[in-house]
Amino acid sequence: MSRARLVPAALAVAVVAAGCGAAEEGPTGSNTEAGITIFNTEPENPLVPGNTTEVGGSRVLDPMFTGLVEYRSEDAQPANAMAESIETTDSKVFTVKIKQGWTFHDGTPVTAKSFVDAWNWTAYGPNATQGASFFSQIEGYDEVHPKDPDGADGPQEAPTPAVKEMSGLTVDGDHQFTITLSEPFSVFPVTVGYEVFAPLPEAFFEDREAFEANPIGNGPFKFVSRTVGTDIKLTRYDDYKGDDKPKFRDLTLKVYQSRESAYADLVSNNLDFMEELPPNALAGKKYETDLGDRVVQRETLNMQTIAFPFYQPPYDNVELRRAISMAINREEITQRIFEGTRKPADGWVHPLMKGYEPGQCGDYCSFDEAKAKEAFAKSGYTGEIVLLSNTDGGHQEWAEAVANSIKNTLGVEARFVPSTSFGEFRQKVNAHEMTGMYRAGWIADYPSIENWLTPLYRTGSSSNDGLYTNPAFDAKLAEADKAPSEEEAIGLYLEAERIMAPDMPVIPLWTQFTVGGKSDRLKVANLDPFRALDLESVEVA
Amino acid sequence: MGRYVLRRLLQMVPVFLGTTFLIYAMVWAVPGDPFEGKCGERDCPESYVSAMRDRFNLDDPLLVQYGKYLLNLLQGDFGLTSSGLQVADRIAATFPVTLKLALVALVVEAVIGITAGVVSGLRNRGFLDSLVLVSTLFLISIPVFVTGYVVQLVFGLQLGWISPTVTSPTVGSLIVPGFVLASLSMAYVARLSRASISENRRADYVRTALAKGLPPRRVVGVHLLRNSLIPVITFLGTDLGAFLGGAIVTEGIFNVPGVGGLVFRSILTKDGAMVTGVVTVLVLVYLLMTLLVDLLYAVLDPRIRYD
Repeated sequence: MSRARLVPAALAVAVVAAGCGAAEEGPTGSNTEAGITIFNTEPENPLVPGNTTEVGGSRVLDPMFTGLVEYRSEDAQPANAMAESIETTDSKVFTVKIKQGWTFHDGTPVTAKSFVDAWNWTAYGPNATQGASFFSQIEGYDEVHPKDPDGADGPQEAPTPAVKEMSGLTVDGDHQFTITLSEPFSVFPVTVGYEVFAPLPEAFFEDREAFEANPIGNGPFKFVSRTVGTDIKLTRYDDYKGDDKPKFRDLTLKVYQSRESAYADLVSNNLDFMEELPPNALAGKKYETDLGDRVVQRETLNMQTIAFPFYQPPYDNVELRRAISMAINREEITQRIFEGTRKPADGWVHPLMKGYEPGQCGDYCSFDEAKAKEAFAKSGYTGEIVLLSNTDGGHQEWAEAVANSIKNTLGVEARFVPSTSFGEFRQKVNAHEMTGMYRAGWIADYPSIENWLTPLYRTGSSSNDGLYTNPAFDAKLAEADKAPSEEEAIGLYLEAERIMAPDMPVIPLWTQFTVGGKSDRLKVANLDPFRALDLESVEVA
Repeated sequence: MGRYVLRRLLQMVPVFLGTTFLIYAMVWAVPGDPFEGKCGERDCPESYVSAMRDRFNLDDPLLVQYGKYLLNLLQGDFGLTSSGLQVADRIAATFPVTLKLALVALVVEAVIGITAGVVSGLRNRGFLDSLVLVSTLFLISIPVFVTGYVVQLVFGLQLGWISPTVTSPTVGSLIVPGFVLASLSMAYVARLSRASISENRRADYVRTALAKGLPPRRVVGVHLLRNSLIPVITFLGTDLGAFLGGAIVTEGIFNVPGVGGLVFRSILTKDGAMVTGVVTVLVLVYLLMTLLVDLLYAVLDPRIRYD
């Protein structure tokens, strides 16, 4: 099942039971002809994989498309799905063989060309897709997606590309194609599980509008109907060749105006699944009395951090950064504010990642009053410390607690300064206008250690908003990118993390347990590490 | 009368232009890039942002943008949202739902509010009067979202008498949300009609009617009520407009797929085209409602003439 959905994660989930069809008992006593209803938000984009990076649309497209690899729900590791094999000798040229006999929901075969055409289409500048930048590592991306000379806001248009196809993609036969990257990148095969890498059928290129109204995928579920603002209905695709065949028939993604109303439906069993409960249900663990054994929870792939503006003194002072980190009582805050639904972090890589090594942050991430004071004295700084955050995502409580923890430990004025909206906050972050340290967070784009380091801390990277730079760290990352195998790459990435640790470029705070809920009708329903329902696991009583 | 209506309609033109321009300017001039956060935690590709800026003419001066928008609007084209949906289609789909909800609320409000007001207004300082005064004070002091959640919790979740959310927006299933939506205004209507009735009760024309020997039922039902209802009608009329635009909270609690939720979500996702489109329609509704109320005055009180 497609669960390549790591990027945005904004809202949560739920479900209304629409039991229908003659109940047919499956081998395990579950009803394999049942229908379930799950929570969704209104998709913000046209329903095309390469143009969907937000949660509401992904929840619809994930079950409808199967990519080369899919991430396993147990450990978030990539496993071949449509790919027979992805081979490389130098981490630069990858030969991909895809499985034979697969078809799209309209009956046309899935071939190497379906992938290559889809990727070229998504990367092509004038198509203006949201997912284009994911293809930037492929050779020839610059030619199909030229830079806008004066930025997106300027009046000048980006030049129309001379070619429509990336030179790094070649079709070698019906079921084989070759990907050439512009630079070696050992983690590349892990990234292609992301949904923007899904194949597209001929029908899409013939008539895009018709496709958006009636999307055709190659996944375990096919599209039935959509009532904008109300629901989207999918049904099982019986000719599906993958291993992740669903154990129920119909899937309705119901659009809710608010998570609170969805929660009311979940409690009264009108909705079958909701991945993330609203704050009013989490407060005081109300969900435990409301839902009892219907609570579904697991550790998921997101991490909360505090970032430093390296362009703004005194935050470029390494001793000060260490002092602040050691002055934060993570243990107490996760228990008091989050009632244990967060877990203190001890490094910059998420614990669910393959190769994760505990304690990479060393002493710098544990609460130690004496050491914090010592480092603070060494820093020579005496002024106030400012922590900035937007408050529209439930961040106020913990940000205040963190500021207090710093204040009490270091005996320095530490202040939390709220910012009203996420958009406004991000704009200031991007423009490098932060006046103090600030809340940050990361949800992996794809499950690899690399994704927790390169985009965030490498000099000049897309999400290195604080402008951290360390040549030794950059060099180690570059070495890891070129590693011939994933195992060797992991070792090198971990070394890079250790090189970075004494610099404390951002303070890791905690990782999250996501709390969701299911209805009485569902015998089994598991969350996957990406905060989504693992549809393959669902069994209806 | 005809000339009056025509004059009023013409007056609407500058009001309409002024309000829509303000809305347009405010929506597109809010701080924060409308494409910030659209592509998850990372920035949107430049080509995507450029294409969207083109679609919404964001590189033109504000007046030119507004001019283009208005020109399309006059041709009945509300434009597309960033998700490629027709704004007009979404309005057409959600407006009837909210209209239904608002009408249910209006009926609840009018029937219960006026009845309570008349009963208590006729028995000044009696038990019923005190009861109405106290219960309306109670209703006025509770915000709608509290009423909504309490009703949902008690009747939906604990007692199980109603479905906690609205599954399909039929009139029957909208009665509970309608009640919640009307609760606040219901109290005002009751107090307004009570005050009006108890004031007019001692008016000369009522005494005359009673002296002529008309049955009390007729005196109250035709003479007294007709005069006393003028302020109430004003309130009800503008309230219908307020219901249409302000059902955000109620629709959110009961998951009614109406205009309120649409506006709210569009504001959150910075979908400017949708916000301007819906609010423009709401402005029109308000203008027409006030005109309708003014015309109703003449029906209620023949002494009021428009010429």
